[in-house]
Amino acid sequence: MISFKDIVAAVLTVVGVLFVALTIAAGLIWVERRLLAVWQDRYGPNRVGPLGLFQVLADTIKLLAKEDWIPPFADKPVFVIAPAIVMITVLFSFAVLPVARNIVIADLNVGLLYFLAMSSMGVYSIVLGGWASDNKYSLLGALRASAQMISYEVFMGLSLMGVVLVAGSFKLSDVVEWQNRNVWFVLPQFPGFVLFLIAGIAETRRLPFDLPEADSELVAGFHSEYSGMKFGMFFVGEYLGVTLVSALIAVLFFGGWLGPVFGLAGWARTALGIVWLLVKTFLFIGFFILLRAALPRPRFDQLMSWGWKWMLPLALANLLVTGAVVMTMSK
Amino acid sequence: MGSNPTSATSKTLPKALSQVEGSAAEGPPSLTAPTGILGELEAKFGGEAVTPQATADHIPTVWTPVAKVREVLRHLKSGVERPYRTFYDATAIDERLRANPPANLNGGQPTSDFTVVYHLLSYERNEYVRVKVALEESRLSVPTITDLWPAANWYEREIWDMFGIRVEGHPHLERILMPKTWNGHPLRKDHPARATEMGPFAMPDEKEQREQEALRFRPEDWGMKRSSETSDFIFLNLGPQHPGTHGVLRVVVQLDGERIVDLVPEIGFHHRGAEKMAERQTWHTYIPYTDRVDYLGGVMNNLAYLTALEKLAGVRVPPRAQVIRVMLSELFRIISHLVWYGTFAQDLGQMSPVFYTLNDRERAFEIIEAICGARMHPGWFRIGGVAQDLPNGWDKMFRDFIAYLPPRLKEYDKIVLRNSLIKGRTQGVGAYKLDEAIEWGVTGPNLRACGFEWDFRKKQPYAGYEQFEFDIPTAQHGDCYDRALVRVEEMRQSLRIIEQCVKNMPEGAYKATDSRLAAPPLKEHTMRDIETLIHHFLGVSWGPVVPPGEALGAIEATKGNNGYYLISDGGIGAYRARIRTPSFNHMQTLPMLSRGLMVPDLLAILGSIDFVLADIDR
Repeated sequence: MISFKDIVAAVLTVVGVLFVALTIAAGLIWVERRLLAVWQDRYGPNRVGPLGLFQVLADTIKLLAKEDWIPPFADKPVFVIAPAIVMITVLFSFAVLPVARNIVIADLNVGLLYFLAMSSMGVYSIVLGGWASDNKYSLLGALRASAQMISYEVFMGLSLMGVVLVAGSFKLSDVVEWQNRNVWFVLPQFPGFVLFLIAGIAETRRLPFDLPEADSELVAGFHSEYSGMKFGMFFVGEYLGVTLVSALIAVLFFGGWLGPVFGLAGWARTALGIVWLLVKTFLFIGFFILLRAALPRPRFDQLMSWGWKWMLPLALANLLVTGAVVMTMSK
Repeated sequence: MGSNPTSATSKTLPKALSQVEGSAAEGPPSLTAPTGILGELEAKFGGEAVTPQATADHIPTVWTPVAKVREVLRHLKSGVERPYRTFYDATAIDERLRANPPANLNGGQPTSDFTVVYHLLSYERNEYVRVKVALEESRLSVPTITDLWPAANWYEREIWDMFGIRVEGHPHLERILMPKTWNGHPLRKDHPARATEMGPFAMPDEKEQREQEALRFRPEDWGMKRSSETSDFIFLNLGPQHPGTHGVLRVVVQLDGERIVDLVPEIGFHHRGAEKMAERQTWHTYIPYTDRVDYLGGVMNNLAYLTALEKLAGVRVPPRAQVIRVMLSELFRIISHLVWYGTFAQDLGQMSPVFYTLNDRERAFEIIEAICGARMHPGWFRIGGVAQDLPNGWDKMFRDFIAYLPPRLKEYDKIVLRNSLIKGRTQGVGAYKLDEAIEWGVTGPNLRACGFEWDFRKKQPYAGYEQFEFDIPTAQHGDCYDRALVRVEEMRQSLRIIEQCVKNMPEGAYKATDSRLAAPPLKEHTMRDIETLIHHFLGVSWGPVVPPGEALGAIEATKGNNGYYLISDGGIGAYRARIRTPSFNHMQTLPMLSRGLMVPDLLAILGSIDFVLADIDR
């Protein structure tokens, strides 16, 4: 029997996660621009509001107020749906993310598989958006995206299997609890961590894996024809993806909400757990942005051969070794 | 007056700067007896077919009948010892309004309404040769030489576009700089030079349609197929608005997937008629226009123009002015290379270096601004010198910059050149073979990246470069990465030259005092006697009168060999000014470099050959 209290708690969790995720994603627009500016000897947006914080608001108003332009040659329904897909799939993925002990929207026992499935769905957004635009640059971007995502998804899943084997569960809260009992997964599963990090960057199409966008080659790649809030959805979707992958790295490899508790208990301890998760997440978000400031973009074929010739074998080797270790230990 | 306390140390230079000879030609043009290549040509073809002409720049010059021109050029390319393998330039002159045709050995130039002029270059001889063909208005055509030099392709199209001279046998004789819909040939003397001579401009709908239709790319026109047996090709229209083309360049790429089958660069969107403008300006007032040709090169353009003009006018440049010129030109070489460095990295997807290098460039601009008052286009050089003396404290600014830049360059080496992703993107991509590069007229860092140690500052010194110690950086493979290496090292060498300038700045005048063509003449002299006052008045209000003749002045500019071929008919401005720019040649080699590669490689190549659209289109 579901009690009224459970329903309120569930609604609060959903609203809370949604609110925090979207706020972070929107705020990242400002964070990224300011951080890049710091690393590039310039100011970045610093005029609107204190420290330029309201820049996000100004950008949003601008995007919302823009003419909702759909090119006459585009495939209209698909063109409209495509940017929504990326938002929806990423937001759905947040459902399985445990933000603190017992605070999670849906603690599925196939949590990780669900996340992988959702991130595969996200590719449709890029491919359909690029296809529906009926623009050669978009098409090339979409082609690159589909090839890149498929290649990097393969070992993304495999890179996590070590964690699953050791923790003995696909459920994310179980993974954290295992780390609570033993040690953060970054130590025993270091190769898995590196592989997942790389796959995560590729999955979110950030430099050096931003080939579907590749502004100096493909203008804006798959979203060349998008403007206004439809472009905004791709934009926010990307930041949501960054947030999600960073949070997942924190949960899977860095103990999620775990951290010094300073003798706190009850709700204060839960709140501190959330803070720890946020801190870890932001560290990785910062790393994502730093990568963008530092690295050039490899060529498409180099990226593919990297994925298939190095990442995939490494992921398999990691799985093999982990499996062997787990087997001998369990005997 | 910016006196320099360290000028006593000028002994450290190979030659004392106080003994600098001006770059001026010795005396008026004289008729030279046919020796050297002229003698060789006369021995082969006889006096009928090759008629020498004396010029102010002492470049061997021959007239040849149109029927013989291919033979003569072929002989120069492959028949003579130490051949002229480099196609340097081809252009034309509308002679119909010329007041003083040049005298030659046969007494007067052949009757000519239009003259087609070819310039070839031999690295073995370290010499240019100029071949001229006289044409009558009723029969305006020359045979193509694209089979001898593929590089002649664009030059011949330009001759057709600008003068309406047909080039028989050309594979694709079509306008190159002007729109296809243009009426008339702009560099003809009867073509209007100003918009006000052409009636009001209107763009009704049907005209707009027509113009847009003219821009449609038809693969068949270029001998391209729309599909192969296995795949349909994509024709990707890269530009004229595209973040990777550095300006209004249009490249139509024939793609099989992402692989480049072929491509057609289309230029002309940045054409502003710089050569036509020269015919409307005086010799003096044209100087600022040259700044805008290679708009990243600043005063380097002035130097190229004035090198030619001072040869023609026989003006000597005093030592201090020479050193100021060298110093500012080298600073602009650094400025140009810094822009290239950042955008090159950006083309490869690296976001940050462009901000760093543009910050550095800003520091250099502060110096330029302190000296000239302007930044990108100072227009600072004058006939016979520079506009003003250096301001107080100039040397400290340079010293600070010389101390500031090297550590930064070292950091960029780490970020860019030693980055393995950058190496992966550029090594082995878009390589010139040395022979190709020489035949296509590739010059500057792009040529040196092929392992050929050739720098016009060393080999044909101008502006007093022979007094400076610097190395010619080279690389071996001629690919995108090596071109980058050469440019980065060039910045260090330019700093060396600037340092020598600062340490050894001579005292004396900053503008020629012994020539009335130095415009405007120094004010203090005009106050002395009525003669110089009148020269000042005429030189400024009318324009300096340059004796009839012609001269090519070519320098090692930021991107390669930039040459001004100036023709005076004794007027106050150029009768014809031809601007030979390095970017034009380099852009023409783009298809050769890019075939079989991928789209990202194309952008890497575009970034690495370092062109400026205004330098291509003029």
